[in-house]
Amino acid sequence: MPFQLPAEVPLSWYLILSAILFVTGAAGFLIRRNIITVFMCIELMLNAVNLTFISFSNALGKVDGHIFSFFVMVVAAAEAAVGLAIILTVFKNRATLEIDEVSSLKL
Amino acid sequence: MPASFMPSAQELMRFAPEMLLTLAGTLIMLLEPFTESGNKSRLAWLALGALLAALGLTAVSAADPGPAFSNMLLIDEFGTFFRFLVLAVGVLTILISTHYLRSGGHESGEFYALLLFSIVGQCIMATANELIMLFIGLEVSSIASYVLAGYLRDDKRNNESALKYFLLGSFATAFLLYGIAWTYGITGTTDLSLIRSALLNPASRPNEVLTAAASAFLFVGLAFKVSAAPFQMWTPDVYQGAPAPVTAFFSAGPKAAAFAMFLRIVLTGFEPLKKEWEPLLWVSALATMIIGNFAALRQTNVKRLLAYSSISHAGYVLVALTTHSGPGAAAAMFYLAAYCFMNVGAFAIITHVARRDERYVEIADLAGLGTRQPLMAGLLTVFLLSLTGIPLTAGFFGKFYIFKVALDQGFIWLAILGLLNSALAAYYYLRVIVVMYMEPAPEGEGELPAPAAGVLAAAVGSAIATFFLGLFPSSLLDFADKARRIFN
Repeated sequence: MPFQLPAEVPLSWYLILSAILFVTGAAGFLIRRNIITVFMCIELMLNAVNLTFISFSNALGKVDGHIFSFFVMVVAAAEAAVGLAIILTVFKNRATLEIDEVSSLKL
Repeated sequence: MPASFMPSAQELMRFAPEMLLTLAGTLIMLLEPFTESGNKSRLAWLALGALLAALGLTAVSAADPGPAFSNMLLIDEFGTFFRFLVLAVGVLTILISTHYLRSGGHESGEFYALLLFSIVGQCIMATANELIMLFIGLEVSSIASYVLAGYLRDDKRNNESALKYFLLGSFATAFLLYGIAWTYGITGTTDLSLIRSALLNPASRPNEVLTAAASAFLFVGLAFKVSAAPFQMWTPDVYQGAPAPVTAFFSAGPKAAAFAMFLRIVLTGFEPLKKEWEPLLWVSALATMIIGNFAALRQTNVKRLLAYSSISHAGYVLVALTTHSGPGAAAAMFYLAAYCFMNVGAFAIITHVARRDERYVEIADLAGLGTRQPLMAGLLTVFLLSLTGIPLTAGFFGKFYIFKVALDQGFIWLAILGLLNSALAAYYYLRVIVVMYMEPAPEGEGELPAPAAGVLAAAVGSAIATFFLGLFPSSLLDFADKARRIFN
């Protein structure tokens, strides 16, 4: 019998996808050495959260999860504005975006 | 649209301190371009006036406690306590920072506006009764703090501090948010009291594995924000790199608000899971105390030393949190109030000694302060003794109540290990005092100017608060005891 897709994508598939996205973001944050890439990894984690909110909201038949994802988007945008400004000043003063070269405060 | 969507006048009154601070912050930003560079201290006065008015409004709103905005916020004694605390920290921070900023030629309105916005966020964290509202408050506070950490744009230390604070802070926020999303998924709500009933109800009790996962994500996010082990590594770098008055603020305001949030989540919404949270908090409290104290022993930079000391103090508060009890919450609240005053006071003196561009922030730079400026040295001694936990100071009663609660609730080993830790801490605090009084002032160093009026006022005010809480602890403890009743 050929493989058949379920008529409706079950909740767990969405949740597994969002977990994979979240773990990818967290792993990238820890492994990558370029500040911009690290910052993108954080955004990926926040979007994984959004996906989780929306799939739960849909499964529970409530709207509040959708609204929460809007809150998260607004906060992520504010964070991006501040974060990119900070990254810009770091680049102006050091002319590098490698995380290891920026670190000078030490024990 | 139902009429209940419109907030009533009563609800607006309960939210008045936050609204006033937001308006004042916006007004400062609008006035900034019209203020000549010599007159920027007027904006500081405006911010100071707004904070004092907000303190008054907090007292007014405390007279009429209750929920606001369909249970999003809950203005109760607990929230009022932390509102008072973060507003007082704000007042002290402004007093410390005006001269610091002016002497470096960096004084401008944004600093005060950002400080007010950050305090608004912390007030929301203290009163929020709902996970999404907590998240919004946390982010309002954090985003303003990231900018404050890197306020001196051309200073490499500031840049690095802001970058690390921003990256690790957002990383922690993502974890907290993922925990909130899962909590929403398994309980169907983000309201803390509804989460509690969902977890208690045997019919609708959610899957254990998923509940554990949600709790773990929340714990990671919260532990980052209060700099508890094993998520404390950002603290020393951020505290050392940020401008000294900003470090004073970070070590008190955001930390107290983050603990308010932590207490509320652990003692209301997740109270049914206290057996599961207990080992997690136990280990984290012990590790935080040990890492903070042992690392502080080796520091030569005063700001870094106080950063590690603030980590160890977070460990003591976590001991109170581990007990999961009403008295534990009261002890944690008293400790946080004591800690805020003594720590901000210590940083006020450090700001004074560091001078322009913070060239003098090593412990060795404090040599001979006892003879050069006896008043400043005496005040710093008071704060350091209080941080150590010497009787007659606030720090003593803070530690006393925490370890007493731990013993009463049967956490004997945690109390013993905590006491050993606080004995160890005496070594590095006393070492600073020894350097101040026993070692001669280094030669060829520029004259140490007289302290600015603001720094002096902040230091004396903190010292008075430290002594007052040390001599009459019951005045504050009674209030904390009334506030913690909401947890029973």
